[in-house]
Amino acid sequence: MIEKISLFILPVMILFILSLALIKKVPVYEEFIEGAKDGFKVSISIIPYLVAIIVAVSMFRASGILDWLKDFANNIIPPDIIPLMITRPLSGSAALGIFSDIAKEYGADSYIAKLAAIMVGSSETTFYVLAVYFGSVGIKKYRYALLTGIIADITNIVLAIWVARLFFLASSGL
Amino acid sequence: MNYIFFILIAVSIIAGIFNNTLDKVVNSMLGACNTAVEISLSLIGIMAFWLGIMRIAEKSGLVQVISKILYPLTRYLFKDVKKDSPAVGDITMSITANALGLTNAATPIGLKVMKELQEDNPEKDRATDAMCMFLGMNTAGFQIIPATVIAILVGFGAKNPTEIIIPTLIVTTLSFITAITTALILQRIWRKYD
Repeated sequence: MIEKISLFILPVMILFILSLALIKKVPVYEEFIEGAKDGFKVSISIIPYLVAIIVAVSMFRASGILDWLKDFANNIIPPDIIPLMITRPLSGSAALGIFSDIAKEYGADSYIAKLAAIMVGSSETTFYVLAVYFGSVGIKKYRYALLTGIIADITNIVLAIWVARLFFLASSGL
Repeated sequence: MNYIFFILIAVSIIAGIFNNTLDKVVNSMLGACNTAVEISLSLIGIMAFWLGIMRIAEKSGLVQVISKILYPLTRYLFKDVKKDSPAVGDITMSITANALGLTNAATPIGLKVMKELQEDNPEKDRATDAMCMFLGMNTAGFQIIPATVIAILVGFGAKNPTEIIIPTLIVTTLSFITAITTALILQRIWRKYD
């Protein structure tokens, strides 16, 4: 059902936009080309910013430092969730990778898999978003944008743990 | 950002030496350069497509209609955006696209918003309050249906993968509100230091 809805949203939106434009007598093809021209410029202009953030994050992951942090976990949360918590704001694909790993290791119906799912599904790749969005217009002084993102991420982690306990812990037998 | 960039790299290299993973650190450093370029190249097509579609939506007046409906809210959260700026409508579109989980659509619209906000920015390398608020909303990642996560759960044989939707929605809504509130508070505090 949900996959069906997700499948329909995008095409229906496009159809709606195009139909409305046609009714309003907008030259759809010419306007499309005009808009599309910007796509190339924007994509190229974010390369340096992407290189910086992706290189730094990849090195951090490869260094094995996340495994150290696991040792600090206590009985509030399963220790294997720690790398996910740290990775989530840094890299979307890495977070999905860790989440898949947890689901494979513990089973998709386990408490830890559900907690991981809520964590991944309710947050965003903060650092990536900041680098790409600010990078596209050449902003170097982020002011309080980074702090806002981090506070939201921490809140998100705490809430995810709390809501997961509320919904799923009782039935998991932990 | 300067500190974060430095700390991430310095800590990785030092940890690499102690962990005996220095070879992995170096390899991933070199590999990541290519990954970054691949990501931006793979963005070109979808960016061009969405900016094209968005241009049509803008010309047909759709964006204006949506922004008019949500105008009071956007107005309150983005005080320094000019009334006739196209950013007001695009901010709404961007958040809507994100909420629907249309990440591919949301990024181009979001970047368009940044461009429009940058036009009214007196200091071109410094973020405005509107930009910080917009990115705060974006980094909170408000999403109604976490389609990718559900897809992965289904892939690993979850019995009832959709049961995470409600808890996820609760968490994502609360963190979205937290992000907006935080940005509003920090806006006041930061003004004293600028």
